Amino acid sequence: MINYIWGFLILISVICAFFTGNLDKLTSAAFDGANSSVQTLLGFAGAMIMWCGMLKIAEKSNLTKIFANLIRPLTKILFPNLKKGSAALNAISMNMIANILGLANAATPLGLKAMCELEKINSDKHTASDEMCMFVVLNTASIQLIPSTLIAIRASMGSQNPAEIILPVWITSIITAIFAIAITKMYSKSILERRL
Amino acid sequence: MHIISLFCVPCMFLIIIAYALFKKVKIYDAFIEGAKEGLNTVISIFPPVLAILFAINMFNKSGAMDILSCIVKPFTDFIGLPYQMVPFALLRPVSGSGSLALATNLFKEFGTDSFIGRAVSTLMGSTETTFYTLSVYFGATMVKNMRHSLKCALAADFIGIILSVWITRFVFNC
Repeated sequence: MINYIWGFLILISVICAFFTGNLDKLTSAAFDGANSSVQTLLGFAGAMIMWCGMLKIAEKSNLTKIFANLIRPLTKILFPNLKKGSAALNAISMNMIANILGLANAATPLGLKAMCELEKINSDKHTASDEMCMFVVLNTASIQLIPSTLIAIRASMGSQNPAEIILPVWITSIITAIFAIAITKMYSKSILERRL
Repeated sequence: MHIISLFCVPCMFLIIIAYALFKKVKIYDAFIEGAKEGLNTVISIFPPVLAILFAINMFNKSGAMDILSCIVKPFTDFIGLPYQMVPFALLRPVSGSGSLALATNLFKEFGTDSFIGRAVSTLMGSTETTFYTLSVYFGATMVKNMRHSLKCALAADFIGIILSVWITRFVFNC
């Protein structure tokens, strides 16, 4: 699917640029996009490597297990097939906690670590497992206690009450997340088999 | 609230290091081991990040995004999304920096405390850059077939767009 979407994006861009006379802009946009990916990556590479080091320490001292047990009631519903105390579940739990606390710099490295652990126990290495799909979808639904970046931007743009959007953000993200979980569950293997 | 986010990271360092010392873990060796794994992950996600950002940037600057906004306008009118927000809503799942730039423009034009300003804030706070997240997360694995994940994530984004407008209207009574 990603092959078609990616190809579609590039083809449509070139065709549109041709007809709207934006060909020069298109060329510079291509190089700008490529260059900005280096900046994006270098921008969080240091933080990422640092958090991976910290996580390793937490793993060796079994601290990740303690954290994982804290949100076990939730992960039990979301990932029923992962064994309690498995490396994948521990990493997933740490990622979820970092997301909720709004630590974006920590959540991504922890999430990637979780994906690597899920890949290790994936029976078909080239096809996403149910757990991977659920985990990725969860990470695309932003769930956080305090949207601190957003509040900071609003404050800098002269808002009278920058934090007033917390309530609508909470309501929207909770309903969206429940919807995302439900629809992802419907596609999981066990439920698809039961339907047949 | 600011205090919580201020103390969060230092507290995590404190807990991780103190507990590991208490458990007699070789913390420096463990850190280096983890950091090496982290470096490998950074290298493996680099190509997918570049592929996505490069294509999205072209799509945005070529005028294709404006054309797409026009095409979906009848539908967005139907769900109550103000037309000034359409490019932002379309760009939100695909580009973090791009949608942030559009949001800043809308804040400048309409003010952060207007209906549009609040709806933009709600949408920004309750959704993520789906394409970027997917490419980064699956980039760390060997997975080629993402199965239903993209479909489900985009469906959730779509619900997020509708809800952010409706709930902003409901909460602020406007």
